[in-house]
Amino acid sequence: MNPLSVFGKRRRERARDTAGAERHTVTAGEVDVSHGPILYLENITVSFDGFKALNELTLYIDDGELRCIIGPNGAGKTTMMDVITGKTRPDSGTAFFGQIMDLTRMSEYEIASAGIGRKFQKPTVFPQHTVFENLELAMRADKRVWPTLVARLSGEQRARIDEVLEIVMLMAQRDLRAAELSHGQKQWMEIGMLLMQDPRVLLVDEPIAGMTHQETERTAELLTSLAGKHSVVVVEHDMAFVRSIARKVTVLHEGHVLAEGNMDEVQNHPAVIDVYLGA
Amino acid sequence: MPQKGLLLRILEHDTGGKIFLAALTVVAVLLPVLNLAVPEGSALHVSTYTVTLLGKYLCYALLAIALDLVWGYCGILSLGHAAFFALGGYAMGMYLMRQIGERGVYGNPELPDFMVFLNWQELPWYWFGFDQFWFAMLMVVLAPGVLAFVFGWLAFRSRVTGVYLSIITQALTFALMLAFFRNEMGFGGNNGLTDFKDILGFNLQSDATRIGLFLATAITLALSYCVARYVVNSKLGRVVVAVRDAEDRARFIGYKVESFKLWIFVFSAMLAGIAGALYVPQVGIINPGEFSPLNSIELVVWVAVGGRGTLYGAVLGAILVNFAKTYLTGALPEVWLFALGGLFVVVTLFLPQGIVGLLRRRRRKAGLKEAAT
Repeated sequence: MNPLSVFGKRRRERARDTAGAERHTVTAGEVDVSHGPILYLENITVSFDGFKALNELTLYIDDGELRCIIGPNGAGKTTMMDVITGKTRPDSGTAFFGQIMDLTRMSEYEIASAGIGRKFQKPTVFPQHTVFENLELAMRADKRVWPTLVARLSGEQRARIDEVLEIVMLMAQRDLRAAELSHGQKQWMEIGMLLMQDPRVLLVDEPIAGMTHQETERTAELLTSLAGKHSVVVVEHDMAFVRSIARKVTVLHEGHVLAEGNMDEVQNHPAVIDVYLGA
Repeated sequence: MPQKGLLLRILEHDTGGKIFLAALTVVAVLLPVLNLAVPEGSALHVSTYTVTLLGKYLCYALLAIALDLVWGYCGILSLGHAAFFALGGYAMGMYLMRQIGERGVYGNPELPDFMVFLNWQELPWYWFGFDQFWFAMLMVVLAPGVLAFVFGWLAFRSRVTGVYLSIITQALTFALMLAFFRNEMGFGGNNGLTDFKDILGFNLQSDATRIGLFLATAITLALSYCVARYVVNSKLGRVVVAVRDAEDRARFIGYKVESFKLWIFVFSAMLAGIAGALYVPQVGIINPGEFSPLNSIELVVWVAVGGRGTLYGAVLGAILVNFAKTYLTGALPEVWLFALGGLFVVVTLFLPQGIVGLLRRRRRKAGLKEAAT
């Protein structure tokens, strides 16, 4: 077993004990990151028909960090995001959001409301809604049925939507149906939707696919600027892009962590060279 | 905020709705005059038969709005929506049965005729309260609402979607039909409930009552349209469309999709129940045939022909198709079912957005031409 994972497990267990003892200091619905990491994935295994998409995966994401995850196709990157967002339940292992929230027991919408936002690999937007409405739907708000029926946009909320439209450079497309956007614009709109959710953790799956060079640069800028206030986890194939934003890189291979460190360390890691960068 | 301001706000950007409500108002004002004030020999006289027929169409229009909410807006193709309509109808029918009192063939003050015929000694417990109008009206929305809630809760929670959901809704209405056919159920079996005498003390056979029922239907339809429009214009309406277009995405931005589906499904079932309750006193009978799967399928055709996801398209489709049905079943009865089937094929292949979609395309083309010149 990976010695690191034992350490991590002990670290969280201890943390949970203290959290239990000091429960009064934790507000309900708040993510407890008092011990550093915001996401704890420990010994997670997911298999599909005998194929282990994730194999004893152990991974920690610190609060406010920007992490890039790379790995060849089938390394388990998307499955990992599916586990975090509740789409896939692990066969074994634990996934915690902060100290207390057990992601394996929460449903997709609960996880989203708790503060984990996700951008999919293939842009999935609401095609019949305008760009503005897409952002409005994503906006952080009371998302239960009755409050949604009577919800009215306040001036402040409108201003926030317009602000995000500026950030993702879609102000001119504000009232266009999302179906009419170009691929790159859809990617941007999805990032905008993530911003509207104002999540603690952003999971971003291949953000620059189909983007022009300038758009890519701007995405890099944006993601870097988000780190600190949010934790950002980026899955990306484009090495140049990863190099431009990454402080810490995790390499996944066959469902577990192969190497972790800064870009240079990872690129010079013999195992990584062997399986991924293909020397 | 004055009432008018609210109405205008709800109908903002809804040209089709404004046209529909205006037309409905004109008909609702003219028809009583032409029926009651114009003498029978005159060319302008509208027969009570026509009034009742139009009233029936308006009930169908309300039912079509209900289906449009779940199918057009939320993407749930219910092939059993007539079941909710029939349940509302039965609730009203039970009230009307109790109003007959001792004027029935057997003269029993307590039991409806069919129960006397079956040698029942006392009223079954689920008939209690139906002699009260308010109670019956409550049941008109509650019975379909509760059924929709239980059914929807089970189906949506298990994430049954698409064609599988359609099939089980079809099974639901079929099962209810078989159940209501049974005499032991206590709803009149095969014959259903009929031979009604009066409603709230007004004789159902009189012209004035017929006009009253027609007006009540028109007003309910107009109100329901506005409420439905309010719902689809609300943020909830946008979430529901989002669920239709990208269900998973809606989940991942924090909406509990099942709850939204359930809400719109129950709301729609209640509207369907109200439509059924207005329908029964006008046609004078409710029997298990109303649960027939064919009825639900016809309903889907109305909405498809009119254009789904617009509300007024559903109204237009319901009225046009039923007008054609009335005409064809009278003139060429053997042709009707083929015409209905053909209509569905034509609409599916050539008019995916229905008549409303066709009109919109025309207008957009005209607009482009104008812009070009």
